[in-house]
Amino acid sequence: MDKLRQTPSQTVGPFFAYGLTARQYGYDFTSIVDNSLVGAFPMGIEIDIIGHVFDGEGKPIPDALIEFRQADEKGRYRSVPLEKADSDFRGFGRFGTGTEPDAGFHFITVKPKALSGQAPHINVILFMRGSLRHLYTRIYFPDELNIDDPILRSVDPSRIRTLIAESSGANRYQFDIHMQGLNETVFFDL
Amino acid sequence: MDQTSFDVHPPHLYAPYKSTILRSPTRPLMPVRELLKDLTLPAFGESLIGKLDNDLTKNARKNGEPIGERIKVSGVVMDEYGKPLAGVLVEIWQANSAGRYVHKEEIHDAPLDPNFLGAGRILTDREGRYSFYTIKPGAYPWGNHFNAWRPNHIHFSVVGHQFEHRLVTQMYFQGDPLFEYDPIFQSVPVHARELLIAKFRMDWTEPEFALAYEFNIILGRRSSTPFE
Ligand SMILES: [Fe+2]
Repeated sequence: MDKLRQTPSQTVGPFFAYGLTARQYGYDFTSIVDNSLVGAFPMGIEIDIIGHVFDGEGKPIPDALIEFRQADEKGRYRSVPLEKADSDFRGFGRFGTGTEPDAGFHFITVKPKALSGQAPHINVILFMRGSLRHLYTRIYFPDELNIDDPILRSVDPSRIRTLIAESSGANRYQFDIHMQGLNETVFFDL
Repeated sequence: MDQTSFDVHPPHLYAPYKSTILRSPTRPLMPVRELLKDLTLPAFGESLIGKLDNDLTKNARKNGEPIGERIKVSGVVMDEYGKPLAGVLVEIWQANSAGRYVHKEEIHDAPLDPNFLGAGRILTDREGRYSFYTIKPGAYPWGNHFNAWRPNHIHFSVVGHQFEHRLVTQMYFQGDPLFEYDPIFQSVPVHARELLIAKFRMDWTEPEFALAYEFNIILGRRSSTPFE
């Protein structure tokens, strides 16, 4: 059977904030998710992940939209629908780089555990003005055993470091995304 | 069928759209499809969706009705085999009828509408259907090149249940004279541009109320791997 043609991708543009991240930016509209992936009483180790998205000239991009999707502290992806008054682990979050003074992003979550032979990681989906199709990458942790992770093993060894966050304090990690240049982040094709 | 006929997506780097030059990866993406085929996206419950969230003509009223041409935009979200996808989150945002976005950084000299925000959302029903009432957005200028204008469009964000069912796109209107001048629209391969254009549906028009447009959304994996 001939497949239907997919709807082509287009850029998220510069003005997504009042639709996708209204509360973060102070618009008079609700948000379905924000930068906190944890529930009211998080299990596991609560962590902060901060970072920037840098363009080909090394300038931080102030109109990127970042989504996190991850497993919980036991390595489980949430399967029940997210609800409005939700006190459980959400495992999905969104943040735009237009509200922090240095065009950064900031997520609050728990350290994930990953099952089935992978190292713990966070899936990252990246959108921005100037990006015609979204990009996918992963955050791994510097204090975990990453050596047997099947994805990291297939990455050019000289670029693995672009997928590993830096520790920047107790339960705090820094993960910068570089669109281009010597430190260009590894992006994946789905 | 020739694989390239399925390659509907724009390239990462499309120089006429200048912002792509410093914001697109220069190295090839790493294929990881086999390792990710079970990865999901979250499901969203009805409690997250407000009653007026899919009616942009009502969800931001302050002292009256928004100005402009009322329209209805509806369609079905499905996979590449035509299977309707239920419970998919569809979010939209757009300019008002004068071509002005509510966004604070927006500087286009056109009026804001106190009764129009331009944002909405809905979950697809069991048949994969979604529907919005809104105001037809106006064209607006942008800084890409001298005298650059965007065709009328509505931004769409779609979150399905599989990780590969994530899409951000823009919906356009038939016959827009700006198509041939717009590098964002033109970044899509010629044969696939029609897939971004909503169809006017006289038979769905609501008499004395609103014109209707159909925009179906097909989700699938991106990978350009030539074989199944
Ligand atoms: Fe736009």
